Amino acid sequence: MSDTLSKIEKRTAYILILPAVFLVFSIILFPIFANVWISFKEVGLKDIRIPEPRAKKIVKSIKDNPDQLKVIYKLRNSSLILEIRDVKFQDKLPKNIKPINLDERCRVKSNKIYCEFGNWEAKYRENFQILLKSSDGKKLNKKELKTIEPKLTGKSDNILLNTNFTLKNFKKVFFQNEFFDLLSTTFYYTFFGTIGSIVFGILTAQLVNQKFFGRTFMRSVLLFPYVGPVVALAYTWELLLDPYSGTLNNLLINFQVIQEPLNLLGQKYLTINFFGFDLKLRLALTTVIIFEIWRYFPLAFLFILARLQAVPKELYEAAEVDGAGPLQKFINITLPQITAVISILFMIRFIWNFNKFEDIFLLTGGASGTRTLPINVYEQGFTISDIGMGSAVSIVIVALLLIFMFVYFKLIGKRADEN
Amino acid sequence: MKTKSLIYYALISSIFLFSLVSIWKILVTLQGIELKNFNFLIIITLGIAISLLNLLLGEKLNYLIKSTFFALIFVFVDGYLVQEMPIWYNIGIFGILIFFSLKINKYNQKYLASEHSSQIVVFDFLTLFGIVLFSFVILFPFYMMLITSFKTQAALLINPLDFSINFNQDFTELFKSYFVIFDTYKFGRYILISTFVSVGTVIVTLVFAIPAAYAVARLNFFGKNFLSTSILIIYMFPAIVLVIPLYTVFSQLGLRNSVGGLLIVYTATTLPVAIYMLQGYFKSIPKELEEAAIMDKLNWFGIIIKIILPLSIPAISSVALYVFMIAWNEFLFSLMFLDNPNSFTLSRAIQYLSGDAETPRQYLMAGSVVVTIPVLLIFVYFEKYLVSGLTAGSVKG
Repeated sequence: MSDTLSKIEKRTAYILILPAVFLVFSIILFPIFANVWISFKEVGLKDIRIPEPRAKKIVKSIKDNPDQLKVIYKLRNSSLILEIRDVKFQDKLPKNIKPINLDERCRVKSNKIYCEFGNWEAKYRENFQILLKSSDGKKLNKKELKTIEPKLTGKSDNILLNTNFTLKNFKKVFFQNEFFDLLSTTFYYTFFGTIGSIVFGILTAQLVNQKFFGRTFMRSVLLFPYVGPVVALAYTWELLLDPYSGTLNNLLINFQVIQEPLNLLGQKYLTINFFGFDLKLRLALTTVIIFEIWRYFPLAFLFILARLQAVPKELYEAAEVDGAGPLQKFINITLPQITAVISILFMIRFIWNFNKFEDIFLLTGGASGTRTLPINVYEQGFTISDIGMGSAVSIVIVALLLIFMFVYFKLIGKRADEN
Repeated sequence: MKTKSLIYYALISSIFLFSLVSIWKILVTLQGIELKNFNFLIIITLGIAISLLNLLLGEKLNYLIKSTFFALIFVFVDGYLVQEMPIWYNIGIFGILIFFSLKINKYNQKYLASEHSSQIVVFDFLTLFGIVLFSFVILFPFYMMLITSFKTQAALLINPLDFSINFNQDFTELFKSYFVIFDTYKFGRYILISTFVSVGTVIVTLVFAIPAAYAVARLNFFGKNFLSTSILIIYMFPAIVLVIPLYTVFSQLGLRNSVGGLLIVYTATTLPVAIYMLQGYFKSIPKELEEAAIMDKLNWFGIIIKIILPLSIPAISSVALYVFMIAWNEFLFSLMFLDNPNSFTLSRAIQYLSGDAETPRQYLMAGSVVVTIPVLLIFVYFEKYLVSGLTAGSVKG
């Protein structure tokens, strides 16, 4: 009895999860594996269109002979690079119409014309014509003839499905793509973005955890950058930071903080003279990181605040009795209480920042030293139109992510063991 | 009274005062009024003087009289420094000073003599400073977005610092950018598409996620643990590594430029987090209720509809809102999959608009306001659901 029950339970469970698993598999897991496949191929953006045989139908009346009509099919192979094999053609005729002097590749069967055109090489074109005659002496209806669309089919190679593999893409990724520059930019961006958002998250959480007028309002406001649409926020920042008509530069110049406008998003390096040393700051990258921090510290804030509110008040009261000041309370009570959340946050944010695409893409498009790995995927795939290269870079990202996750789960597992 | 506390108190309070006054000055400058100097030293000195005077006077004076007195001194000196300012500028300064004086009123000589007083003073002012600064830094871009959408190209170029809006002009003139984006750039259509995609994603995601989450939370089956860890792992995988294969497959299937294709992708990418959040909640529902239902010979469909759903309205709403926001804000897939202006979502439409260097930026900002306002309204109105759902779903991990 219980055996059948557990069987029913199992079956029910599979029925319930199957749709979700199927969808996630086909849209998320399948592409990740497909990336591996594509990354070993030389595929350009233009190669992925499947070649199609096409026909444009033109109907013409013949001057001296009102009983007859001429139909011209402009046939062509849509692809510029691939041939189509066994092209078959089919068109329907209205009932009272019969073709005369039909091309030898074609035959008529119950009001339908069937043709076999054989193989079309790339860029193939032909003007194929048929003469039509009324079979019962009635007037020919040009319009009716025009509205019927011919059907064409053909076989072609799908460049994605053949088994020619190459290591070229990976060679290019590692040796011709300024790979280490890419990697260091990505890590720089990820690391400082993560640290910054956590630091500001701690500060703001500590702030909101106190009682003051307008506290709930403040909590909502702090989350605005996180919930706002990235497109709107990025363009607003772009406007704010514009070197000539941007508000920030004009304000700074107005209050004589700087003399010349700074191109915060378009300048790769800013040289700062620091006690006689010339320090080179990666200006655009720093700006992008600041935007990143501005947009994502709310998440850290939310997590840390939730944790802070769960810290028992007695701890603070006891510390007060022991004569601890605010700083000691923060260091000895608050910080130890939130380290767990911070380490989780660090990993999550690190992984997500590592993958961040939209923010940089919208602000700088990857120019002025802000090219990270995700930006490079887009550039390779869609700007340079090399799908294979784009996939290869994706694979590098996935591999690095798997390493991060391995470390993450190892650490979490360790923590669980300790507790 | 300790000297250290005294120095800390005087310095940090005057720096706080300076930052308040400076933010006010920035806002005033943005009304097109010429103001070139923060007068750092003078205002700091004045701040120190006021805070010390506050200690000296102590409780000899009524605090209201004291505050008014400080405010008047400050307004007088400041008015002398920056001449020919409109009266509302001075009123603002007066208000800031009243606020400041009320804040420092609680510090007296006895207070500063107590243990840790220097630290407490620093913490108090840092809190105030933080509140003001963070509000300013966060709200400013939103403020700028809104104001720019009401300006004209010419006005923006003549004086980029003039954020004042002329309310005397015609209604149609004031909202011109909005009329243009709705008339010329078909934003009405994009709003509809975005709404359709987002709401559709929410519905489809819930339909898929609720049964799956129920199964993960309650039923025993082979591969359950594997499934629940893989949900988390999959959630970590970024959209950017999916883009190329999906693009190629969607191109070959003719799903690009279709709202349906976008809906499928959005659903798949939000499913893992939806399942994760829901199963956490379902686990907290007492099992006895379902056992009773099984006695009543309800099948799983009945259990989900009659017991689980009514009990988990809060969790479901927070998942729904969260998914809605993700779908509404999503940009990467809409950039990849849509290149026909007839099927753009709002985000994609704004990006398309910005691609043309000729597009006046007030149109861009009007579009940004249109895409931002719905999410912010939803967020402010349903904040409780969203925040509780988010933190409950995520902190446990």
